[in-house]
Formats: sequence, C-alpha cells, structure tokens
Amino acid sequence: MSRPIDLTPSPALVVRRRRDRLFHAFAFAGALLCLVVLALLLFDIVSTGAARLSWEFINSFPSRFADRAGVRAALWGSAWLMIVTMAIAGPIGVAAAIYLEEFTRRGRLAAILEINISNLAGVPSIIYGILGLAFFVRWLALGRSILAGALTMALLVLPVVIIATREALRAVPGSLRAASFALGASPLQTVLRVVLPSAMPGIVTGLILALSRAIGETAPLIMIGALTYVAFVPQGPMDSFTALPIQIFDWASRPQAAFQQNAAAGILVLLALLLVMNSIGILIRQRASRKLQP
Amino acid sequence: MSLSTTQRIPLRSEQKFRPVEFSALAFLRASALVSIVTTLAIVVVLVYESIPFFRHVSPWEFLLGTQWTPLLEPRAFGVLPLVVGTLHVVIGAGLIALPLGLLTGIFLSEYAGPRTRALLKPLVEVLAGIPTVVYGFFALTFVTPILQRFFPSIGLFNSLSASIVVGIMILPFVASLCEDTLRAVPRSLRDGAYALGATKAEVTLKVVVPGALSGVLASFILALSRAIGETMAVTLAAGSTPKLTANVLESIQTMTAYIVQVSLGDTPRGTIEYQSIFAVGLLLFLVTLALNIASNRILKRFREHYE
Amino acid sequence: MKIEALRTSQGAGPDLATGSTLEVRGCSIRYGDKPAVNDVTLAFALHRVTALIGPSGCGKSTLLRALNRMNDHIQSCRLEGQVLYHGQDIYDPAIDAAEVRKRMGMVFQKPNPFPKSIFDNVAFGPRLNGTFRGQARQALADHVEKCLRAAGLWEEVKDRLRDSALSLSGGQQQRLCIARAIANDPEVLLMDEPCSALDPISTARIEELILDMRENYTIVIVTHNMEQAARVSDNTGFLLSGDLVEFNNTADLFSRPRSKKTEDYITGRFG
Repeated sequence: MSRPIDLTPSPALVVRRRRDRLFHAFAFAGALLCLVVLALLLFDIVSTGAARLSWEFINSFPSRFADRAGVRAALWGSAWLMIVTMAIAGPIGVAAAIYLEEFTRRGRLAAILEINISNLAGVPSIIYGILGLAFFVRWLALGRSILAGALTMALLVLPVVIIATREALRAVPGSLRAASFALGASPLQTVLRVVLPSAMPGIVTGLILALSRAIGETAPLIMIGALTYVAFVPQGPMDSFTALPIQIFDWASRPQAAFQQNAAAGILVLLALLLVMNSIGILIRQRASRKLQP
Repeated sequence: MSLSTTQRIPLRSEQKFRPVEFSALAFLRASALVSIVTTLAIVVVLVYESIPFFRHVSPWEFLLGTQWTPLLEPRAFGVLPLVVGTLHVVIGAGLIALPLGLLTGIFLSEYAGPRTRALLKPLVEVLAGIPTVVYGFFALTFVTPILQRFFPSIGLFNSLSASIVVGIMILPFVASLCEDTLRAVPRSLRDGAYALGATKAEVTLKVVVPGALSGVLASFILALSRAIGETMAVTLAAGSTPKLTANVLESIQTMTAYIVQVSLGDTPRGTIEYQSIFAVGLLLFLVTLALNIASNRILKRFREHYE
Repeated sequence: MKIEALRTSQGAGPDLATGSTLEVRGCSIRYGDKPAVNDVTLAFALHRVTALIGPSGCGKSTLLRALNRMNDHIQSCRLEGQVLYHGQDIYDPAIDAAEVRKRMGMVFQKPNPFPKSIFDNVAFGPRLNGTFRGQARQALADHVEKCLRAAGLWEEVKDRLRDSALSLSGGQQQRLCIARAIANDPEVLLMDEPCSALDPISTARIEELILDMRENYTIVIVTHNMEQAARVSDNTGFLLSGDLVEFNNTADLFSRPRSKKTEDYITGRFG
C-alpha cells in the first residue's frame, strides 16, 4: 500500500538548506555591520577628542588658539535654543495633534493636513533654514537672534512632535473616552483630564525625540546666520548666539589637527547631552506609565 | 399638558457660550493650521525670493547650463554641476544604504529573536539619532584617510567619502522603514510558503520581500530624498567645487553645500549670488517634495493593501 | 496496537479499511507551560476524510499543525510522542521538515494567496522543489492547469492566469490555495477550517471539492462546524481541552456517541 518514501533531505534540499544558512549569515552580517560602523564612529571620536575634554574646555569661550578654545558660548546658546524651541513647538505640536486626533472627522481637511505633515517631515532641514532666514530674520526683522533660530527650529521639529503625539493619543483606548463622555464630560474636558494624562508617556517620548533632532541640527542655524565666534553668554532671546553643532562644524572645517581635536571633544559634549536627554525621557516615561498602572 | 412640560428634559444643552472651551478649541485649530501655513510660507519665500534671480538668469539657462561659477567672473548659473554633485552623493549613498538597510531590515524582522532584536534595534536607532555634523567629522577624520590608502590620488575633499557617510547616515532609516513594511506582511503568507516546503530564506526572498515590495520601494525613495537634502556631512567632506564629473575621487559640490557656502560668506543681500540660493533651494524643495509625495502615496497604498 | 484495540473492542470503530500512512501516537503538545494537546493517539485513513472537531481552543488546529511540523515556527511550542508518516517519525532529527511539508499540502483558515499572479501561486511549490527543472516550460503550465482543474477553478481563471491572485473573490482565493497545495503532488491534504472565512455558496463548493479529492488524497480537516464534519468526513475525532474524547466513523460518532461529552457537544449543549 504505502510506497517507500524518504524524508531525509534530498540533494536539492541540502543545497537549498545551505543557501538558507548562507543567507541567514549574510543578513546577520549586514545587521552587524551597522554596529561595527557605530563602534568605529565612537572610537574615532573618543580617540581624537577624549584628551581634549576638560572643565576648561566646557567653560571657555572660542579662541583663535585651539588649545584655549571651549564650548561655553555654544552650550549656553544650545540651551537657550532648546528651551525656546520647546516652548514654541511643544504646545503647538501637541495642540495640533489633539485637534487632528480628537476633533476632526475623517474629512477632506484632515486628509490634507495629514499629507501636509508627512511631507513637511521630509523637507530638508536647510529649506527650513532658508525659510527662517527670509521670514524670521528679515521679514519679521528678528535678526540673527535666538528667537529667530528657535522659531525656525520649532517649525522643523513640529512634524515630529505632531506625529509622535498623534500616535500616543491613538493608543489611548476608546473606552476611556466613552466612559468620560458617559459621565457628562465635554470633549475638551475628556481630552484634558482623561486622554492627555494617559497619553503623556508617548508625548514625552515625542518631545524628547524632537529635542534630540533640534539639538543636532546645524544647517538651518547656519542659514539664519548663527555666528561661529561668540565670546559671551546670551542674556535673552533677542541676543545673537552660537550653538554646539555650529561650533563643531567650524572646528571640523579647519585643517589644523588641534581644531579637529576640539571638534571631536565638542561632539563628545553633544553626544553626552543627547544621552542625558534621552535618559531623562526614558525616566519620565517609566514613572508616568508606572503611575497609570494599578 | 402640565405633565409634558415638567418632563421636558433639555437633551440638547442650551448652547451656552463658554469662552474657555471656545478659545481652547480655537487654539487647537490654529495650531493644526500652523503646518499648512509653514508649507505655504516655504513656497512663498522660495518663489518670491527667487524671482529676482530668474530675471537675470532664465529658467532654461539655470536648469540646463553646465557651468556654475556664481562667485567668479565670468559668472554662470547653470545648476547641472550642482545636480550632478548631488547625484554623486545620492547614488553612492544609495548603493551602500539600500541593500544594507534592506538586509538589516530583513534580519530584524525575520531572523532576530526577541532578545537580539531588543538589543539591536536601539543601537540602530542610536545610529539614526547621531547629528549629521558628526558624520561630516567622521568622513573627514576617518573615512577619507582610509580611502587615501587605497586611492593615493584622492583629494582631501571627495564625493566618495561623503557618499559613504551619507550612506551610513540613511542606513538606519532604510533599515527601520524596511523592517516596518516587512512586518506588515501577514504571518499567514509566511505560513503558506512554509507549508509548501520553503526554507526560511525562500519564504523571505520569494514571498515576504516581494509582498512588501512597494513598501520597500517607498522606503528607498524616502531615504534617497533624505540623501538629497543632506547638508552638513557633504559640506564638510565633499568640498565646494561645482563640476560636471563622474570621478568620485574628486571634490564636487552639492546643491545643499552651495547654499551653505553662500550663507557662510559675507555675500550682501540683493546680489545675484545671494538670490541664487533661493533658486537652488526651490529646486531642492521641489525634487524632495516630489519624491516624498510619491513615497507617501506608495506607502499608503501598501498599508491599505494589507488592511 | 492502541488503535486496533479501539476498533475491536467497541463496535464498528473508525473506518481504517484502506489502511493508514499517517498516525499520531501518544502526542502531547505544549505552548510553554500551557498544554494544548494531551496524549493523543489516532490514525488517518488513507484516501479518506478525517475531521477533527471540538470547541475553539480544544487543540484541534495545534494537532493539525503538528502533522506537517508547522508548529516548528512557534518558539514556545514543544511536542512529545510521535507523528508517524509511512512509519517514520517526522520529528526525527534526520528528517527535514521541508520534505514532510512537500508531501502534505496545507490549506489555511483564511485564504492566503501570495501577492503574485494566479499562475505563480500554483507554480510556487513545483518551482521551489525544482519539479519541472530541465523540462519544457509547457510541462509546468500543464501541471498548473491540472491543479486548477482539480480545484475547480480552471474555467473561471483560464483567461487571466497572469492577473494578481488578490483580484479573486474569497471563495476563489481559497480554491486557488487548494490548487497551490496540491501542486506539489502531496499525498496528504491538511485543512485548517478552510471554510470559516467563506460565504455558504463558496463553502458548498469547497465541500464538494473535498469529496471529489478524497479519491486521491488522505484529507484531514479541522472544523468548528459539525454539520460540515458530518457532510464531508468518513472518520471524526472529537477533541475537548486537548484530549481526544472520541474517535470513530462519522456516522456512528454523530448518531451514537459513546461519550457523554461528545453527546453534549454535538447536541449543542456547549461549545
């Protein structure tokens, strides 16, 4: 009745299995390469810049002499820029996301807004720089100020904030909203007291993501004319300024090895800031989600 | 009669004007409109500011000219050298990032176990989060010196080095977009292929990747559009010599690098070279916008396809 | 053997007159710590339809997927006992799952045609296994036609073989999946609730098809629909929380259930 059959791999299958393993190894190697590159990048920066890193470097103004130059002005400039950028982009981005997610029907306007936002997310940062230069610096006559830089940066990160916030809002279960409505709350009350708090961890993540993007952006700031040589700490949003990535760019574009070291040390400071920011983000997220869980 | 009046319950609340609710809603709506205003402002600024430029240089001369010497006499404003410079970087970066990114995406989505993924994914994200000026530094101090060992004739500034770092830069982007689209392919298709006796590589290459093809394509377009708009790494590593060349060992200039070069200098407002950055910016904007729209369309259709 | 004992001791028993090339012996399957199938033993009669019925979560699909090692892809899944195919334990390390699957076609709950053309869907298996390698292109085309005919789909698609499989209706897609499954010339056909996503007319067509194909294949069908089991199968196994409560020829199982639990289930008292 039963014909004799062989379930051990046929020669053709043996070849296919070998190809299968080969491809697995290949894909693994590809993924590994990303890590190797990351390691090389960090190695390059640390080996060039670590020796230059000191309190003096952090606390000195720029100088013609590489060994006396530091990032004090750049750090303050970046700090100002971050705070003002977030003060602008945070509320507007979250509000826009709330409007899109909670107050629009799936209509024409919503569709246009959605397409527009995803396209804005793909506009090169230097275009935002051109916009900032023409619009904020000149038309609004804000000059080469922190405010002009922050407004430009705010527009740049707005899509990031909106997209992340919308995702966070979407993850809030509809039953929560229904319960709130059932208690007689208005849509606005529901959003502010029920939806927003439970979406908070996701929103914070989005804000941190936006900040991380903003702190490293260079091109728009160059466009609006942030200076490379600033020997003072900005006192207000109308002051001119420099920022960390600009200072790094300036040093990196000089041929002398000593300035290259400064650039590497500046990068280390920048990466450290990014690390701190992201850690704070993770911390906030964890605390917020712990509070929500019973 | 009296019964019905007492029982009348106002189901529709007397639309009392509530100033707080009203102004809050107005704020939400205005915020949503900021994004539209931004787009309009970009278009208006680019068009308005490049009109004076196009009074001097005809659009044809601009688009088809093969000489770009805005700062030297005799001046010429043919954008092709900048376009070719940009193409150098886009093609070079694409050759590196697209296959490697897809491969990494495949590994993350099909092969990595939960633990490997939990380790690998954040590291890939770190790579994506590194500011672009850092990649420029990496190109200058690490990639170019290595290239100099292989190609003694290579200049300090060259498009190869820039292409490599831009490739590295967009790689995590390609990888995570590809991973997302591959994951969107339903499990049932994989099961169907396994049940026919396919190996894992066959399932991946003959069913999953073809099934996600449009999504993968959209990721590729999006990544290339990023490469086109990339500024700092190419400004630092590729140089500032606009020229029509196919030699990747030479210094070139991209559209973005040109814009930076002009804005770094002391070019006074109102001069034609100053106006030229808006014309180049307009071209850059239109190209990236077209790519983004195409990619978003494809991606949307892909998502609808699997639900 | 256990199965033989079952048959002789209790009435007619399952119809195994044609013999069997596929049996499960003392098979237990767990997902992590969660048992899904407990010590099941049964044989699937050659060229007969065997239905596995039971409430959802009873382990019938898990058991079916154990027959062609589809559970290999679920990390936490562990199997004890044996699945014997032509007397060989398919879980033997020397045996390749792909060889097993090639010989057992599988049809899934929801139609899952590949996003390729109708032709490429059917040709997928033969191409993988190089069945027609070195032969004229027409050989593969003929084979695809044969399979589509066997699945009762040829007349509907013969003019649009290059169209996407996704352009077909749900019922057509499922028949395409059947054609795809038999294109490897399997001996066994495993069907996992193949009609649960289909409308009544498509369901009726598939059921007809099952009865037609019975001549050429050993068919195992998992279904939550008892009428369907009664209509198409020769033998039926009833599973409840991972236990094989009763295994008998279909007529007897439905008309004279031996177990109280089976009776409760088929009379609709639970499940």
